[in-house]
Amino acid sequence: MEVLSDHNWVLSVGTFLPLVGVLIMLFIPKGEEALTKAVGLGTAVATLAVGIFTMVQFDYGKAGEMQFVAEHDWISVIKSSYYIGVDGISLPLYFLSMVITVLVMIYSWDHVPSPGNPKAFFSLMLVLQTGMAGTFIARDLILFFVFFELVLLPMYFMIGVWGGENRQYASLKFFLYTMFGSALMLVAFLALFFKTGAESFSIPYLVENGGAIAKNIQVWIFAGMFVGFAVKVPMFPFHTWLPDAHTQAPTQGSVILAAILLKLGTYGFVRIAIPILPDAAKEWAPWIGLLSVIGIIYGALGCLAQTDMKRLIAFSSVAHMGFVMLGISTLTPFGLNAAMFGMVAHGLITGMLFFVAGSVKERYHTLEIKRLSGMLKQVPRLGWILGFCAMASLGLPGLAGFWGEFPAILSAYQPAEGLPVETFRTYMVIAALGTVLAAGYLLWLYQRTAFGEPTAEFAPGHGHDEDIHDVSTFEWIAWTPLLVAIVVFGVYPQLMFKVLDPAVNVTLKAFGG
Amino acid sequence: MLNALAASEWTAPVIDYHAIAPEVVLAGGLVLLLLLDLFLSDAKKWVLTPVAGFTLLGAFIPVLTVALNTDGARSMLDGRYVVDDFSLVLKALFLLAGYVVVLISADHIREGNYYEGEYWFLLLTSILGMVMMASSRDLVSIFVSLEFLSIPAYMLAAWKKRDPKSNEAGIKYYLLGVFASAVMLYGMSLLYGIAGSTKLVDIGSALGENLTSIRALAVLFVVIGFAFKVSAVPFHTWAPDTYEGAPTPVTAFLSVASKAAGFVALVTVVFVGFPGSHEVWQPVFWILSALTMTVGNVMALRQSNIVRMLAYSSVAQGGFILMPLAVAGIEGVQQAALRSVVTYLLLYAATNLGVFGIIIAVARKTRSGEISSYGGLFGYAPGLTVLMTIFMASLAGIPPLGGWFGKFTAFQALISAGTNWSYALAVIGAVNSVVAFGYYGGILREMWMKPAPLGDTSPVTVPSAIGVALAITGGSTLVLGVLPGLVLHFGDLAGLTGALGG
Repeated sequence: MEVLSDHNWVLSVGTFLPLVGVLIMLFIPKGEEALTKAVGLGTAVATLAVGIFTMVQFDYGKAGEMQFVAEHDWISVIKSSYYIGVDGISLPLYFLSMVITVLVMIYSWDHVPSPGNPKAFFSLMLVLQTGMAGTFIARDLILFFVFFELVLLPMYFMIGVWGGENRQYASLKFFLYTMFGSALMLVAFLALFFKTGAESFSIPYLVENGGAIAKNIQVWIFAGMFVGFAVKVPMFPFHTWLPDAHTQAPTQGSVILAAILLKLGTYGFVRIAIPILPDAAKEWAPWIGLLSVIGIIYGALGCLAQTDMKRLIAFSSVAHMGFVMLGISTLTPFGLNAAMFGMVAHGLITGMLFFVAGSVKERYHTLEIKRLSGMLKQVPRLGWILGFCAMASLGLPGLAGFWGEFPAILSAYQPAEGLPVETFRTYMVIAALGTVLAAGYLLWLYQRTAFGEPTAEFAPGHGHDEDIHDVSTFEWIAWTPLLVAIVVFGVYPQLMFKVLDPAVNVTLKAFGG
Repeated sequence: MLNALAASEWTAPVIDYHAIAPEVVLAGGLVLLLLLDLFLSDAKKWVLTPVAGFTLLGAFIPVLTVALNTDGARSMLDGRYVVDDFSLVLKALFLLAGYVVVLISADHIREGNYYEGEYWFLLLTSILGMVMMASSRDLVSIFVSLEFLSIPAYMLAAWKKRDPKSNEAGIKYYLLGVFASAVMLYGMSLLYGIAGSTKLVDIGSALGENLTSIRALAVLFVVIGFAFKVSAVPFHTWAPDTYEGAPTPVTAFLSVASKAAGFVALVTVVFVGFPGSHEVWQPVFWILSALTMTVGNVMALRQSNIVRMLAYSSVAQGGFILMPLAVAGIEGVQQAALRSVVTYLLLYAATNLGVFGIIIAVARKTRSGEISSYGGLFGYAPGLTVLMTIFMASLAGIPPLGGWFGKFTAFQALISAGTNWSYALAVIGAVNSVVAFGYYGGILREMWMKPAPLGDTSPVTVPSAIGVALAITGGSTLVLGVLPGLVLHFGDLAGLTGALGG
């Protein structure tokens, strides 16, 4: 692929700049908390500036091609190289990861969770940022694997050190699930490498040659990757780590987890598993679709059963990622576009919901739904924001969530050639039922927490007045961009679809898309 | 008769002194240490430490110069003692690992009120044996090197003579070590009977691919003898007790250098001596590898003492190193298998020595080997905690820290073989690498997420020598994880003279 731009340093700088920040922070004495935070935030903002530069320089007319491509020798003995680039599929996610990191850091300015230590907390967020951004730009499987794994430890510590009561259990569960998936994924990568002639780990090369592998072998290799990515998404039945991790993680951890980390899995399907192994993808697609709709219904029913607000949002993630995976499983450009849009939309909306949940917890010291009530009276702005996000999450037209969910359902009406049409139409009906349930649990959540009078224990004059205040300045700064984005993409989805579509079509070349 | 003897006048073999300069420097250093120990008063015994350290660094210089000045191999004594790329990189490993052991021992030995001179003398003797092992291509020289490195190690394990645990460590190590040597010698005697030569290359051609039961038995005995040395399950029983009882720096030495020496001998014998007999040793290695990593992991999960846990962890790591040997006889896989073993050994050495450096540093404060004594370490020793995290993650094989690449090469070798057996072993290995995080993660959890026991948060003072050791090991763990290409080309099969025409 020819180099479209001379700016091929841009991606490397954008990816590794956070690590420079970590290095600087290492030399800041422990007491200087404000300075530490400033350096951390400054690094994230500088990274975002590079990201904005990338967005500006990106040639949107050629969104289907890789841009800012850089390739250098890395581990030449195993034929793996440092090969990076972005196209229309990776760009939104790459940029989203930078935005989320900055917003999370702004939020952290006065919200460093117990037991404190902003130095470590900010450093971990920066390492996470490198891992996330790197995963989205990697064009080499080994490079992808390294970045994919790089996010594990920081998130493990984020949950385990700064998390809730049950943090140790949750962090270990998160880690073991993900590691199990990636171990099998690595075996699959290696098998892929040798079955394509042991020539290269570069994704374009494998896309070209992967289709020639015998179908029964493809199916097995796909299985290995499937476990790796499905754990991360997470798909039913690999999702059980998610509610624990989300519930126990500090707000910042939940936001990053929901907004970006889950997307590493779906991105893996779109970028690696499906284009490289088209025959296996067709073989697997009905099963992936089945697990997706199970996830949609199961997640929704799970939500209805929750008594904890954060856990409810976590289960809603399972359902939403089900829609994304359903779109992917149709193997059509329409479905894949919907899925990619859904990924970003879910990142914005669920990220926002977790922010709100964190702030509710900070004010009321609980997230138990039955103890919360009358937020609209007590903290009206926070209450309205929660309502706005709940509407966005249930897929209200005009907000971003709609454009992820509705087209994904619609795409199941006409899956790619060779896929069982009746099966997918059945999935479509079930998924549509899922949206009804989604409206049910979100509205019910909103009704119970925001309407009515504050419960007796939190009523004015019961000793909580100092804690219970409305949205603070830092919260406004951190949240406004997300809220605006939810509206903008809801009103004008074409903004993202036109970036995604060319790249999606290239990805699905093998399916005649 | 007499005429015949007179006619075959004995000529001294040609010795390439440049090539054996590392051994010569080490031997010279040993003599110097003995003399200094004899004449120095106790108050001045500290001089011995730098002498030992500089001897090792001094021996490292010729390794570099030979490496830079040589293309191919330097062969001596009719090809029985060879200095090639393979041996040079392992000599470098042994010398540098030895140097790091000196660094982490220095304060421990000074404060222990035991014999200092003897400690350094024994340590360097053992390293000399390892350095010789890397070049040996003959049954006799392999056996001599093996005893040369083992006997001082037995004594080092029992070095704290007033501590019954240390005595137990030494005795157990000694008894099982001697037993292993005996088994191996029996196999070697059979090999000599078959081939009529002790030279590995000759044995390789004499064994051929024609396997009779006696040949299979000979191969099996030698392999099992080394399985003891590398503490492969079920021949690992000495390891936990020895590791726990021996002085901690000695444990570091045993678990890294001594184990590596065992693997070096194993690899040399298998690749040079038994290339045609892979039908015998491949299944043996398959079983040993699967058992070793599984049993090692399961046992490590149950430990509450950190050194004992690391003993089992090192057993389990041995299983991963053995993995590629289970397919190393298949055409086209040899290269990848050898590269994997050497790469894994290098990365494992850097990481594991670092772990012991931290254990020694922390134990200076806590006086405890219990895993629970690491509680709250992040609160009062963040630097050590971050380093330990790096090491643990590296041992667990999480990118981008050194260890991942060792595991990667092992998987790569297995999958390139492409047989059902190799896929099965790869999956067993993958599952085990996840299980392993159970105990490595346990240490992380203790350090980062638990409170300090008894609320004791007085800082840990790290002696400068250990600081240097940690900088070396931590630096290499990080750099080699990101740029593994730096070590990778050392393990080429062409570098192992005598193997498959190489």
